[in-house]
Amino acid sequence: MLDLLALVPAFPLFGFAILFITAGTLPRGWIAAIGVGSVGISAILALIVAAGFLSAQQPYTQIVWRWMAIGGFNSAVGFYLDALSVVMMLVVTFVSFLIHFYSAEFMADDEGYSRYFAYMNLFVAAMLVLVLADNLLLLYLGWEGVGLCSYLLIGFWYRDPANGLAARKAFVVTRVGDTAMVIGLFVLFTHLGALEIQPLMQRAQESWPVGSGLAIAAAGLLLGGALGKSAQLPLQVWLPDAMAGPTPVSALIHAATMVTAGVYLIARTHVLYELAPPIHTAVAVIGALTLLLAAFSALNQTDLKRILAYSTISQIGYMFLALGVGAWAAAIFHFMTHAFFKALLFLAAGVVIQRLHEEHDIFRMGGLRRRLPLAFWSFLIGSASLAALPFIDAGFYSKDLILLETWNSGANGPWLWLAGIVGAFLTAIYIFRAVFVVFFGPVNIEPEGRTGFAIAVPLIVLSLLALAGGFVEIPEYLGGIPAFTELLSAVLPNPPSLTAPTASSALAGVLTGIAALLAMLGVAVAFVAFLDRPAFVTRLIESPVGVTLQRFWAAGWGFDWLYDRALTRPFVWLAQLNRSDIIDFFYAGVAWLSEAGWRLLSRSQTGLVRWYAAGVAFGSATLIILAVFA
Amino acid sequence: MNEGIVVAEMTADVPMQYGLLLAAVLFSLGVIGVLARRNIIFILMSIEIMLNAAGLAFIAAGARWAAADGQIMFILILALAAAEVSVGLALILQFYHRTVTVDADAASEMRG
Amino acid sequence: MTAAFYIAAVVAVLATIMVIIETNAVHALLNLIVSLLAVAIVFYVLGAPFAAALEVIVYAGAIMVLFVFVIMMLNLGEAAVAQERRWLAPRMWMAPAGLSAVLLGELIYMLWQGPAAVPVGTTVTPREVGALFFGPYLLVVELASMLLLAGLVGAYHLGRRERAVAKPEMETAREAQQETQR
Repeated sequence: MLDLLALVPAFPLFGFAILFITAGTLPRGWIAAIGVGSVGISAILALIVAAGFLSAQQPYTQIVWRWMAIGGFNSAVGFYLDALSVVMMLVVTFVSFLIHFYSAEFMADDEGYSRYFAYMNLFVAAMLVLVLADNLLLLYLGWEGVGLCSYLLIGFWYRDPANGLAARKAFVVTRVGDTAMVIGLFVLFTHLGALEIQPLMQRAQESWPVGSGLAIAAAGLLLGGALGKSAQLPLQVWLPDAMAGPTPVSALIHAATMVTAGVYLIARTHVLYELAPPIHTAVAVIGALTLLLAAFSALNQTDLKRILAYSTISQIGYMFLALGVGAWAAAIFHFMTHAFFKALLFLAAGVVIQRLHEEHDIFRMGGLRRRLPLAFWSFLIGSASLAALPFIDAGFYSKDLILLETWNSGANGPWLWLAGIVGAFLTAIYIFRAVFVVFFGPVNIEPEGRTGFAIAVPLIVLSLLALAGGFVEIPEYLGGIPAFTELLSAVLPNPPSLTAPTASSALAGVLTGIAALLAMLGVAVAFVAFLDRPAFVTRLIESPVGVTLQRFWAAGWGFDWLYDRALTRPFVWLAQLNRSDIIDFFYAGVAWLSEAGWRLLSRSQTGLVRWYAAGVAFGSATLIILAVFA
Repeated sequence: MNEGIVVAEMTADVPMQYGLLLAAVLFSLGVIGVLARRNIIFILMSIEIMLNAAGLAFIAAGARWAAADGQIMFILILALAAAEVSVGLALILQFYHRTVTVDADAASEMRG
Repeated sequence: MTAAFYIAAVVAVLATIMVIIETNAVHALLNLIVSLLAVAIVFYVLGAPFAAALEVIVYAGAIMVLFVFVIMMLNLGEAAVAQERRWLAPRMWMAPAGLSAVLLGELIYMLWQGPAAVPVGTTVTPREVGALFFGPYLLVVELASMLLLAGLVGAYHLGRRERAVAKPEMETAREAQQETQR
């Protein structure tokens, strides 16, 4: 059963190949069948493989073929299955399948139907290669593949140049991270001699002492790559603009899967981070800062999808925070629940936007809870999970676990916990702001059309998962089902609460209580501010301080402006300087030189008979001299 | 005895080098003529001078070895000169008809 | 007989110098003919009577006459002489004379490199030349004749004037003929 592992990424790849070759000539039904079916088969196979793994209870490697053997470097296309990759694989295939299913109806009117499914299938294949790769080079292949598909799908409606711009921005910014990652791979290979992950981790542990410069360098560079792909500080600027793509794309790529690739990378190479404490702390600090920064920005957005985009940045900040304090399993747990509720939120938002004729501004929507009941309940459940309302949703358990671990993590613990708590409060406010503004109040635009079966089913399934998905990991004071962390304990080290707990069980309960209270308080604040007494908020926004702050936060704390001034403009200025291309001067110079030589020599072609005769005479005289005297 | 007319011994004892020296002097005079004159007809005449000098060199060498090969080569040079002159003069006529001048420098369309 | 050689040599050189300096084409030709005759005498003195005869008959007699005919055809006139005088400024002679002097110098140097000259004094009769022509050099004769054929055809073709007016004249002539027949 386990040797079906290689087929899990293979089927979406076949789907892509077929759709690519047929290039839109197939009928719609066939395209949908191939596009959705390939991922569906992949999901089923993933279940089978997972079942096989759970019964075998030990890591499994499958080498499909030898990729390259150059000099001392060997790399194979091999897949590695352990608890971590099982979780990732299941989440990726399952959520992808649901989103593909949704897209079959959502994108039905689009002329690029085949192209869409081709790109989506390629993406799923690349993502699965990424999570299942047994060596970092293959992981990097998947990494680049998802980056490519992200570019293709953000700029899916390529006729609008703004979409192309957003796609290029995403690509270029993640490219910065990718370059750091490649250099990190070079460092690892040069000093440790291999890129297969398991042997690499072992060798790193043996050869590098804790805090050694090489470990810091390698971990830091890999972190750079993770920051790019997961849209964390300072490379978070591309994700809000990436909402230019179709909504299912945003759901799949920019919420559930691709942006979590960085989280996966760090979890996979956790040994390196344990060997580089400064970088490890940096991960937590970056996570904390990003989650706060993005929360403030999300609060000031008017575009529904941008709210969700900043929310993604913020939630991945939570995952980074968890990774940074050593709560590896908690980060993966939050990844799983986040995949469920964020995909749910995006898909519900997609329904709203599509039914309102591509209206994105929440202040132009209103009162949709009776017009679009399915979308309303899905969005509500997703929001509850995102805000981590107590007990009834999955997000609560994962966020709670993270916050607990953060408190337990040594001297800086409480400060990071504070950041997390503030972030949770803001999260509740901004997401319920969206809920109240979009679904409550007077109806501004009447929705048109119907929601069909293919859209409804994924929404329902994801709603159930967003509610119940957290029950695999219930903390002790509430009953104690540590199934998730137990599963991952074979792969990931123990979190602080088990290694060095500073909080007793009672304190843990109190902390959880504070978090839950703040979440509900946030909902109340949102209710008052945006539904009950909106005038107060309007006055606040229109005050001089409020205006500047709002503009500042809505623009993502001015990072775009900063990068434009600090990086883009100098570069453009340099490019303008080099408009005539100095390097090209050498090549053009060669051509010019030979032309000058030609001009010079063609002066000797006078066309005069006597001149030529003189040439002959001169030449023969010279030759005779050479022959006789030399 | 009755071999026809007995030719008196009219051959001089001239060393080969002097004959070749004469040929060299005539040849270089021909070279001067080709390079210095602008009139095509004079250029052709100077070429004839050069050919003649070459033939003289052959004869002188042949006389050195008392071999007839020198004369044979001279006869061939003669045939060559005849063919070349006829063609050359025809070309000169054509040239004169096209550009009403005998200036060699006027035939410089191959410039550049 | 040796004196004849030296006198003829001097005459040849002087006549050739006159050829290349002369401005009038016909005068230059006549000087050239003198030079050729002097060279014929040199041939005779060197023991090559056949060559001497051919030099006079073919070179001076045929080729130079051809030259004369063409110059007469061109009918250049007094203006041409004046033009020649203009073209032959003294400074025009410097470079060619220099180059030629170099060449001559090299040739003389090479000539005096070898062993001392040995005078030979036998005549090579026409009979011997003929025997060689019909012997080892048979093919050469054929080649020479082909060369002459090529020269003939080339000269004929190149010497033709383009007859633009000929055809219409022929047309009208033919029409006139048909008219008279009817």
